[in-house]
Amino acid sequence: MGRKLLLEHINVPGINTLEVYRQKGGYRAVEKALKTLTPDEVVEEVKKSGLRGRGGAGFPTGMKWSFLAKPEGVARYLVCNADESEPGTFKDRYLMTHIPHALIEGMIVASFALGAKTSYIYVRGEMMPQIRILEKAIAEAKAAGWLGKNILGTGYDLELYVQPGGGAYICGEETALLESLEGKRGNPRIKPPFPAIAGLYGCPTVVNNVESIAAVVPIINDGGDEYAKVGIGRSTGTKLISASGNLVKPGVYEIELGLPVEEFIYSDEYCGGIANGKRLKATVAGGSSVPILPANLTLKYANGEPRLMSYESLSEGGFATGTMLGSGGFIAFDEDQCIVRNTWNFARFYHHESCGQCSPCREGTGWLEKVLHRLEYGHGKMSDIDLLVDVSKKIEGNTICPLGDAAAWPVASAIRHFRDEFEWHVKEPVKSLSSNYGIANYAVPIEKKVEEVKQDNS
Amino acid sequence: MLKVEETQPVEFSSALVEKFDEIVSRYPAGKQKSALLPILHLVQAELGWTSPLAMDKVAEYLNIEPIEVYEVASFYSMYFLQPKGKYVLEVCRTGPCCLVGAEKIMDHIEHKLGVKEGEVTADGLFSWRGVECLAACGYAPVLQIGPDYTFYENLTEQSVDTLIDNLKNKQDLRQ
Ligand SMILES: Cc1cc2nc3c(=O)[nH]c(=O)nc-3n(C[C@H](O)[C@H](O)[C@H](O)COP(=O)(O)O)c2cc1C
Ligand code: SF4
Ligand code: FES
Repeated sequence: MGRKLLLEHINVPGINTLEVYRQKGGYRAVEKALKTLTPDEVVEEVKKSGLRGRGGAGFPTGMKWSFLAKPEGVARYLVCNADESEPGTFKDRYLMTHIPHALIEGMIVASFALGAKTSYIYVRGEMMPQIRILEKAIAEAKAAGWLGKNILGTGYDLELYVQPGGGAYICGEETALLESLEGKRGNPRIKPPFPAIAGLYGCPTVVNNVESIAAVVPIINDGGDEYAKVGIGRSTGTKLISASGNLVKPGVYEIELGLPVEEFIYSDEYCGGIANGKRLKATVAGGSSVPILPANLTLKYANGEPRLMSYESLSEGGFATGTMLGSGGFIAFDEDQCIVRNTWNFARFYHHESCGQCSPCREGTGWLEKVLHRLEYGHGKMSDIDLLVDVSKKIEGNTICPLGDAAAWPVASAIRHFRDEFEWHVKEPVKSLSSNYGIANYAVPIEKKVEEVKQDNS
Repeated sequence: MLKVEETQPVEFSSALVEKFDEIVSRYPAGKQKSALLPILHLVQAELGWTSPLAMDKVAEYLNIEPIEVYEVASFYSMYFLQPKGKYVLEVCRTGPCCLVGAEKIMDHIEHKLGVKEGEVTADGLFSWRGVECLAACGYAPVLQIGPDYTFYENLTEQSVDTLIDNLKNKQDLRQ
């Protein structure tokens, strides 16, 4: 069994209430931080822990906190990013639904470390049930003196509010989120200035993901050094993985970073293998924005070594043969799934969610969707495949925010690894409407594939 | 498309305005515009949509220009700029849900309700539409129904039938 730092008590009845959460040791981190540590010492522990942002980019949390500007007489804000809209990701919803106090406790400790007196949890608007759960938990915590004025008699004041979004993936991007929290359209800001200098209402602001903030609780309880012992290399700690698609047991799993991908997919402790006795064709390992990989490269590097669930191991091989941990949204595709159709579906998503500020993203995502649609529906030309590569290259790196890259990478990687399937859609327009290309040799072990290629060439 | 329909004049009840006031109190003085999104949700829960006249009233309440409300309401996907059915079934149409049959569920709903995406049934009770990932991909296929956004997970054609029938019956009981 892997160590659980966030979900250890998830199955305890009533853990969503303050009473049971307290019985299980909850709010110890608040006591420890507020009574025995200075704000800078809290930041230091988080730095030592090696915690990296769990929202997708993996930026070291302690370092981000230490960048926060602290001009005299200016308010500072902590804003929790609970917009969770990246396709394949549903861990934050799970955490907030079942252990809301873990997030609230983390928010209090983090706000104290940053010197914030008012903090907001920005929750995507569709999660109204979770918003009600959080508001109830905040009321409980406030009534018990964990929030409000002069917390634990330490003189520290904190108000915590939940803010609903309006339904827009782009508001997960931190500057779009801040615009939205100010009551505006969610258009990402041009950086610099970064939020650490000018964020909410122009004041210094830290934006962190739900899971990053919840992870501060075990870090303060056990110490940053202890936390850093869990995991592997620079991927310290545990990570919540949202597993979806054609798996026997989809759901949210807390893993120790460094778990072999194969074990995660096939062992009964985690996903229990591919549903309905089928074979694995491909995976998207870190949410829809990261490159898709065929089954063989999911399980092993190009050199045949096993791939692990960690920031470094998932990106081993770069974009040629690797992917990214991203938000930890792990999507499994079985042998019956059509890569072209899924790529079109994702392109439609990014087109729909583009805020429209930059033309490469606004127009490019529309092109990607259109061209993929005609390939999927039997009207594609061979030249369309290169056109897609060309359009994705023109978006990549030419936009205000990373949504452009996020739209381009899935298309580029699908063509990189599954080009034969795209070509088949052009060659067999009628057949591709009623049947699937199947698994081809995407699951053939890497070593064998390399040998085959050698033989072909000889 | 912003298709402006005639609406009844809108008056917010004092209970509703009290809720608005509480929301505004969450932000620093002068930053009351931050209350816009939460207030629009409350308005839509009350009226079933964010009508132009209601948006004007919100602008007046927040002391901002009406255009600042329109541009926000039209940017975010949750606000309805036209009247919808009493129950709007919003089905996730994104990749992970489609891997386990979301498209079949949408076809089934279309067939069962007899209206196309975005349209309202003749009795005014139902609309449906496809929406993007609802962060519930592990329990797919899923749909949600406002204004409280109750979730229905692991959908099958049978469970959708039961859901729609139950909503219809609930309606009959109320009448
Ligand atoms: C298009 C887009 C969508 C994003 N969506 C989310 C999201 O839903 N949740 C999240 O925590 N971060 C999201 N991010 C990342 C945030 O911009 C930001 O990096 C993150 O909230 C920082 O928190 P962390 O350091 O704790 O990960 C998104 C970024 C982009 C570009
Ligand atoms: S890249 Fe796309 S989503 Fe991001 S700011 Fe530009 S248009 Fe908006
Ligand atoms: S893809 Fe449907 S909930 Fe995420």
